[in-house]
Amino acid sequence: MGFGPFLFLATLEGLVQASVLVLTAVGLSLVFGVMRVVNVAHGEFFMLGAVIAWFVATNMPGDPAIGFIAALIISPLAVGAVAYVADRLILTRLNYNPEATIVATIGLLYVIQQSVLMTYGADARPVDPPFYYTIRLPWFGYSSYKLFVIAAACVLLGVIWFVLKRTKWGLLMRATQFDRETALAFGIPVRKVYSFVFAIGAGLAAIGAVLIVPIQQAHYLMGLDPLLLSFTVVIIGGLGSIQGTIFAAILIGLSDGILSVFFSPTLAKIVSTLFVAMVLVFKPNGLFAKAKR
Amino acid sequence: MAASLEVIGFDTFYGQSQALREFSIRLEGGKVLCLLGRNGAGKTTALKSIMGIIPPRKGKLLIDGNDLSEKPAYEIPKHGIGYVPQGRRLFSELTVRENLEIGLLTRSTGKQALEHALSYFPVLRERINQVSGTLSGGEQTMLAIARALCIEPSVLMLDEPTEGLMPSAIAAIRDVVIKLRDEGKAILLVEQRVDAVIPVADTVAFMDHGEIRETVAIDVLKDNPALLQKYVGV
Repeated sequence: MGFGPFLFLATLEGLVQASVLVLTAVGLSLVFGVMRVVNVAHGEFFMLGAVIAWFVATNMPGDPAIGFIAALIISPLAVGAVAYVADRLILTRLNYNPEATIVATIGLLYVIQQSVLMTYGADARPVDPPFYYTIRLPWFGYSSYKLFVIAAACVLLGVIWFVLKRTKWGLLMRATQFDRETALAFGIPVRKVYSFVFAIGAGLAAIGAVLIVPIQQAHYLMGLDPLLLSFTVVIIGGLGSIQGTIFAAILIGLSDGILSVFFSPTLAKIVSTLFVAMVLVFKPNGLFAKAKR
Repeated sequence: MAASLEVIGFDTFYGQSQALREFSIRLEGGKVLCLLGRNGAGKTTALKSIMGIIPPRKGKLLIDGNDLSEKPAYEIPKHGIGYVPQGRRLFSELTVRENLEIGLLTRSTGKQALEHALSYFPVLRERINQVSGTLSGGEQTMLAIARALCIEPSVLMLDEPTEGLMPSAIAAIRDVVIKLRDEGKAILLVEQRVDAVIPVADTVAFMDHGEIRETVAIDVLKDNPALLQKYVGV
């Protein structure tokens, strides 16, 4: 295979990674942007999403597509419910204090991780993709499921944009993000918005996980990589900036995919870490951060 | 008859530091009560305590006779208190329309309330899709007041609405405050500028160290400038 087709293949692989990453990172960014909470347990919500997807897909009789669709609905809802309860039981009681919530979400990380280890076990388990069709390109064959992942991420980003910009709930979230105190003075139940956003953020991570489990296996330690990559993306894009997060996720996903295919995954990680270091040195608030008001 | 706004004995703290002591006011519809005092006297804290943003440890809040003392902060505006915070605090990245929509969240009569609020400030109609942070200072104050009016309040609280404005904008804001008073709204006004207070206020309450030290009718203040020297230093 020539360089051009090889680069095209690497780009497709990068886009698949970017698609999952963008959903996970937007969830993290949304939580930080609205609530000012650095959610260290975000990767565990991703892992929980993958494990629940395995449970649902495995226990659903019939065609794998039915199990996958059921997982795509049930897993984000279940993970969102766990996040909602965690918010009401823990974060609310800490009054969303930034330092305290970091420590609390570290604790939550271990609680979720060890609970999954005790119930699901230490094995990595695959989930069948909903379809196996291979698209024959002139140079190579490519999994139609992977293209579906890219398309699904694009549609979901469109939905997120629509909710944020065109719905009453989006307006509530944006108002709360800009000025919590004034939002309260206009009747916005800020704490309910926070709980909702925390659940949505976790649910987005779970959707990313459901999309990836037919490609990578579900495992109780699989939350670490998405957490680190999401933080990388959110730091590069600018904490709380959704546009910046999308841009940085595509950048990191593509560079990760291309460098992994041409060189090695380790080099890809070195380059993304270098990106973060450069951004922190030259633009500490991120590429898309707005000037402080 | 129940007052539009009645605050009884608010004690408010920032941590261990007491910011309001036995703060009490009573305000009828169609009247303007102005809180005057030096920086740090507790004027802004009083408004924030009424809104529940900094909840008092002790005291009662009554709106049109309804006791709201135990209500969470987000319930208070639903009972008809509009608030124009110090520095306007617009959602500066949102458009004029979106800022007004936030004011409409507590109301089911959205379109009517919006039209009514815009009728006071026709210039905002022309700017309706403009990002609010790009408006002039005067227009931003108009938007802050219009946003509060979208709640259709019986009580309107304004915290230094003329701060940093040109004389023409101050006059426009003053005219709207007078109009709102004449329409029967109870208005609680916090000001530093005495010249902005005299044309609109019915009563002035002087604050110092978190307490109301003296409450006088505006005519008494006009005849007794020593009061201003004592409490405001002008």
